[in-house]
Amino acid sequence: MAEITTLPEAVAELVHDGDALALEGFTHLIPFAAGHEVLRQGRSELELVRMTPDILYDQMIGMGAARRLVFSYGGNPGVGSLHRFRDAIEHGWPRPIEIEEHSHAGMANRYAAGAARMPFAVMRGYAGTDLRERTNVKEIVCPFTGERLAAVPALRPDVSIVHAQEADRDGNVQLWGIPGVQKEAVLCADRSLVTVERIVEALEPRPGGVVIPGWVIDAVAEAPGGSLPSYAAGITTRDNDFYRFWDTLSRDRDAFTAWMNEHVMAPVAR
Amino acid sequence: MTQTSDPAQATTGELQTIVAARLLTGARSVFIGVGRPSTAALLARMVHNPDLVLVYESGTIGAKPYHIPLSIGDGELAETADAVVSVPEMFNYWIGTGRVQVAFLGAAQVDRHGNLNSTVIGDYDHPRTRLPGAGGAPEIASFCQEVVVIAPHSPRTFVERLDFRTTAGFGDDAGDRERWGFTGRGPTAVVTDLGVLTPEQPDGGAAELTLTQLHPGVEVEQVREATGWDLRVAGDPVRTPPATEQELSALRELLNR
Repeated sequence: MAEITTLPEAVAELVHDGDALALEGFTHLIPFAAGHEVLRQGRSELELVRMTPDILYDQMIGMGAARRLVFSYGGNPGVGSLHRFRDAIEHGWPRPIEIEEHSHAGMANRYAAGAARMPFAVMRGYAGTDLRERTNVKEIVCPFTGERLAAVPALRPDVSIVHAQEADRDGNVQLWGIPGVQKEAVLCADRSLVTVERIVEALEPRPGGVVIPGWVIDAVAEAPGGSLPSYAAGITTRDNDFYRFWDTLSRDRDAFTAWMNEHVMAPVAR
Repeated sequence: MTQTSDPAQATTGELQTIVAARLLTGARSVFIGVGRPSTAALLARMVHNPDLVLVYESGTIGAKPYHIPLSIGDGELAETADAVVSVPEMFNYWIGTGRVQVAFLGAAQVDRHGNLNSTVIGDYDHPRTRLPGAGGAPEIASFCQEVVVIAPHSPRTFVERLDFRTTAGFGDDAGDRERWGFTGRGPTAVVTDLGVLTPEQPDGGAAELTLTQLHPGVEVEQVREATGWDLRVAGDPVRTPPATEQELSALRELLNR
């Protein structure tokens, strides 16, 4: 049963140095507050897993928390580059980073296989691309038809963190709007934390609502506004101006570091 | 875009969007990313095809946004969609099965066979420029029924040799798509700011992008100079009909929302 706790306590207990850590949320419900708490607690040598690194992993990579990155699209959505991600790969700043990249279809299937506790997923994909030589994909032959298919290994992170709109007092979680791969991320990990906008007496069914029962989650912590500058449908709005601002700010190493120290690292209750 | 906008005439960028939108006139569904593809698809719904189903990879199927979204996951896309599905469902049930008819894709590099690079410029292990990477493109280009590439026409983009093949178009040899098990037809048009390239198969090899359409005021030589390989040119490229007043005013209204 999920323990209802605070974000600092949950991160201290669940996230360890060197962990494979997945923070999911496909453009929507990106767990920024939790990622920032991981940074404030000084976690290091992480293997960061995420389909779309987005600004959150740009920040975590730029602060040197990641040794390795597993991803499928490292851009600032609709804006352009992620400059800290680029700087780490192109120039090894602030430290070199190992990468493993996939297609979205590959990552999505890897999460689904992890959630099903299968060793790998079977899919049609990667054919005719240079990605095949550069990533963790193998060819497999269908035992029924002989068709050649791609196999990608299941993702089994040590910890997954997602953000949702609501939880009840038993730690049952409901999210709605774009569901991304959050359910798969929770179910594929050894340990899981869900941050929520608010804790309610009882979950009300929502159109398109995805409910994750509290008994498959380790901890639930309230973090209002915890997915900004992405958003929580029905509660907060995506801060598109911040995504544009980040493009300018994050180009410069010193400006980036100063901003992170002032806005994220300063040990204030957020 | 640096061109000034003459109230009566489309800029090259505007025309590129308008030409892409025209390609959706008879389409049932289109898979789109943000930027020009999204603008073109919204324009198509306004002017040519009000029933066009917009599919974004965030899982929103049948989105009807009033504003051009900044990201593929903007709230308005989910709020207006017929269905909102998870990412595994999007790729396994909708993209991989060929249920989506047309896909609009961009790329940093395009080669003569319509193969695309959105991964790195330079060497993979020591890239000069690290680009965002594959996203959904490889499987989208393999299984959507047809692909329209939208790219700025320059020798930096239209290259003899890709630095990395992120997404296969027609591969290297005739029959590559079939060998790879692709069910989509591959790139059916590349819309640039100078004209339109379409695949032709003159010598039995892999289909090759050929200049078949020129935008108003553009000469063949100009397109050749902006292409990094020895470009095939159709015997008599057609002229792109200029933007109509309806297209242009709808596009400008859309951009100003």
